[in-house]
Amino acid sequence: MATLRQVTKRFPGIVALDRVSLEFHPGEIHVLLGENGAGKSTLVSLLAGMQQPDEGEILIDGVTAVIDSPRRSMDLGIGAVFQRVLLVPSLTVIENLMLGGSWLKTLARAAALRRFEELSALLGTRIDPDAPLSGLSLGEQQQVEIMRALWRDEKLLLLDEPTSMLTPQGVADLGRMMQRLKGKGVALILITHKLLEAYAFGDRISVLRLGRVAGDIGPERLRTMSEAQRTDTVIRMMFGGESSTGAAADPGHEEELAILLGRKLRRANTMDRGKPATLMARALVSAPDFAETPLHEVSFALWAGEILGIAGVDGNGQKHLAEVLAGQRPVRQGRLELGGADITPGRVPERRQRGIRYVTDDRLGEGTVGTFPVATNLVLKEIGTAPYWRHGISDWPLIHRSAREKIQRNDIRTPSELTPVGKLSGGNVQKVLLARELDAEASVAILNKPTYGLDLHNQRLALDRIVAAAARGVAVIVISTDLDELLEICDRIGVMFQGRLAGIVDNDDGAADKIQRLMTGAAAA
Amino acid sequence: MTARSGDGVTPSDSGASLAATLLRVLIPVALALIAGGLILLALGKDPLGYYGFVLQRSLLRWGGAQETLTRMAPLLLIAAGLIIAFRAGIWNLGGDGQFLLAAVVSAALAPALIGILPRGATLVVCMIAATFVGAIWSLIPALLKARYGVNEIITTLMMSFLGVSLSNVLIKLVLRDPETTVPQTRSLGVDDRLPRLFGTTIHCGLVLAILTVILVHLMMTRTAFGLKLQVLGANRAAAVHAGLRVERLTIIAFALSAGLIGLAGAVEVLGVWGTVRADWNPAFGLLVVPLVFLSRFNGYAVIGFTLFFSALMVGGESAARKVGVPQHYVLVLVALLLLFLAVTEYLDQTRRKRGAT
Repeated sequence: MATLRQVTKRFPGIVALDRVSLEFHPGEIHVLLGENGAGKSTLVSLLAGMQQPDEGEILIDGVTAVIDSPRRSMDLGIGAVFQRVLLVPSLTVIENLMLGGSWLKTLARAAALRRFEELSALLGTRIDPDAPLSGLSLGEQQQVEIMRALWRDEKLLLLDEPTSMLTPQGVADLGRMMQRLKGKGVALILITHKLLEAYAFGDRISVLRLGRVAGDIGPERLRTMSEAQRTDTVIRMMFGGESSTGAAADPGHEEELAILLGRKLRRANTMDRGKPATLMARALVSAPDFAETPLHEVSFALWAGEILGIAGVDGNGQKHLAEVLAGQRPVRQGRLELGGADITPGRVPERRQRGIRYVTDDRLGEGTVGTFPVATNLVLKEIGTAPYWRHGISDWPLIHRSAREKIQRNDIRTPSELTPVGKLSGGNVQKVLLARELDAEASVAILNKPTYGLDLHNQRLALDRIVAAAARGVAVIVISTDLDELLEICDRIGVMFQGRLAGIVDNDDGAADKIQRLMTGAAAA
Repeated sequence: MTARSGDGVTPSDSGASLAATLLRVLIPVALALIAGGLILLALGKDPLGYYGFVLQRSLLRWGGAQETLTRMAPLLLIAAGLIIAFRAGIWNLGGDGQFLLAAVVSAALAPALIGILPRGATLVVCMIAATFVGAIWSLIPALLKARYGVNEIITTLMMSFLGVSLSNVLIKLVLRDPETTVPQTRSLGVDDRLPRLFGTTIHCGLVLAILTVILVHLMMTRTAFGLKLQVLGANRAAAVHAGLRVERLTIIAFALSAGLIGLAGAVEVLGVWGTVRADWNPAFGLLVVPLVFLSRFNGYAVIGFTLFFSALMVGGESAARKVGVPQHYVLVLVALLLLFLAVTEYLDQTRRKRGAT
């Protein structure tokens, strides 16, 4: 179907793809794994016609193809779906799909509707073609994206992290759609950071590292491997240190591998339920806000050293829960106690003074000021307090010195403490937030989607930091839509449904099933 | 807008970067003067002659230099006010109304008080009153912005028109000096105005203005309060997230900004004119906006730009009479300067980006 032969692409200073040869077969889901910067996006942009290779060639159906524009790419039957929705929200579904047509032709609605029906049947979707796009769920919008990608022809479909913003239901729907397309002989390329997704959907896995193909696992081999074997093989391909090379990896590297493989995350339970709870929420209610689900009588207890997971489909009140606990949103009714003291009326500064920390999922939107230096962002929630400020006067030398120390201790990769935080990679921005919030004085930490948008390496690092904080005795709440990661690190997991805490289950063998049931609104078992 | 990139957050400028900064300013200035010269040529005027005349008239001749320095006082106070607002992300474009209302109030107050209070007390009371008037005139936009997020560009501009009109109404109907034919407030005697410096014609408002700009700069870059305002300006959501009292900060920033602009009105009236005539509106408020942008909200830089602009204004005014180049040509130069500054900035950034990867 599509073949890359010794393809090289250079950018100033780096080789993004280095003599990459890959083959994509019809009727096969080919998963590409790799860290940020491994060359996945470059590969996508070559196939989508946004860039041309410097060396090597791309063959489509055995013929050398010059893909010099996105239009040419579509003409060849290649469609691409990106992470973000690239459609016009104010137009209807069918209008969006007709946008790609020629400038001069009149819009052929009847023909477009025929193609729409064809693709609906192919994908097994039911979307009203005249619904405005903004009225659709994110999952449905993505289905429209896929239709747009397949609009001309359905030979090769590129999906770049398509599940990052979908609900579990949406992911399942997408999986079914991919299976149908595969059955019709479409070649699919799936790019993802989630290993479990790669195993669930992929027939073949290729791993890219530093612009090269670090390894392939073909369909036969993939079928015979256990999940642990797959993970071990893939991680070693992604980060080096293959056992096959025989060379002993250095100890630091082994430790990193242990973090990546999650070995350090399986931990002994350190909390003591005999002691009084650190944080007590009693029937918390928050005021409704535009397009957000408020809290409805949420109650729970949290002990020091415990990790309480909050699962649930996005938009069921998780954001309000985090903000109410952090003091960013007022409590309308109910009571919040920390160590037995009533802290209900406090706002962010009072809560923070008492050791409550909040790592937001909107890291650049509200968590940091992107144009400000790393150093300033590290003290963003302490402006005006000692020791960095005395009588309201800033002690910049001290702020910078302590920033350098935090940068080193938390392994934040930044040119200097004066670099604007917005210039750092997502993983390093998260390290800045974790360094700010999981400090020595923290007693309760709320983390909203701590691994969202991070690559695998940084996901594991973030989870490692969280587990380490709990081991120090911090009472931790982790809100996430990724159930697998909650099952990995939490002691108990609560489920939010329509603003209520539908139930809290202990993280034991049957937890996943119970949580799935609670997520759909079924009563606690 | 790189002007808010927190360059004031880190007050550590090494010599090399200072030189680079100077170069980034001087190149656009030179380019603007050249492009402006071409325009003069097209108008059939001698550019070198014009620039020479402006320089001679506004800086080299002592009388002109005094006039230039005097002109700086209100401009600097307005700049100080705008720096506070702009750094806090508040686009206070209502400077003209705030300036004029405060000027009228101080012009009316001063002759009334001078018989009761000693000269110093009168001047101080008038300046304080003007500051309050400016601040009060920003209250409606401030509350609308803080409570309901109403765009302050629109509300401050509207309040500005209202303020200018109200000033005229006050002069014509309430505060009018019955002894003059042209409607104006009662005059403050020349000896009762702001004291002059060392036998020059420059009044001490200039010292006040320079001190204010420096204090504002230090406040913005070296205090917790200034940093809070900068956080508010750079990312409002982050300010909420960090627990800053956003509504209160917004209102305070508005009040400080408009208050300083009001003070500028008092200084201009008490130092130079002694009275306000109906329909007098120097429109300094909007003139200073580009200068504040050119200086990237830096207090020290704005002193330099204000000197440059005052010289152009003073020189340009007499050039209009002597050489026949319209006074508005000064604005053309400022516009060219802004344009070239943006272009140099853009080229500099793309060059640095290319160097980085």
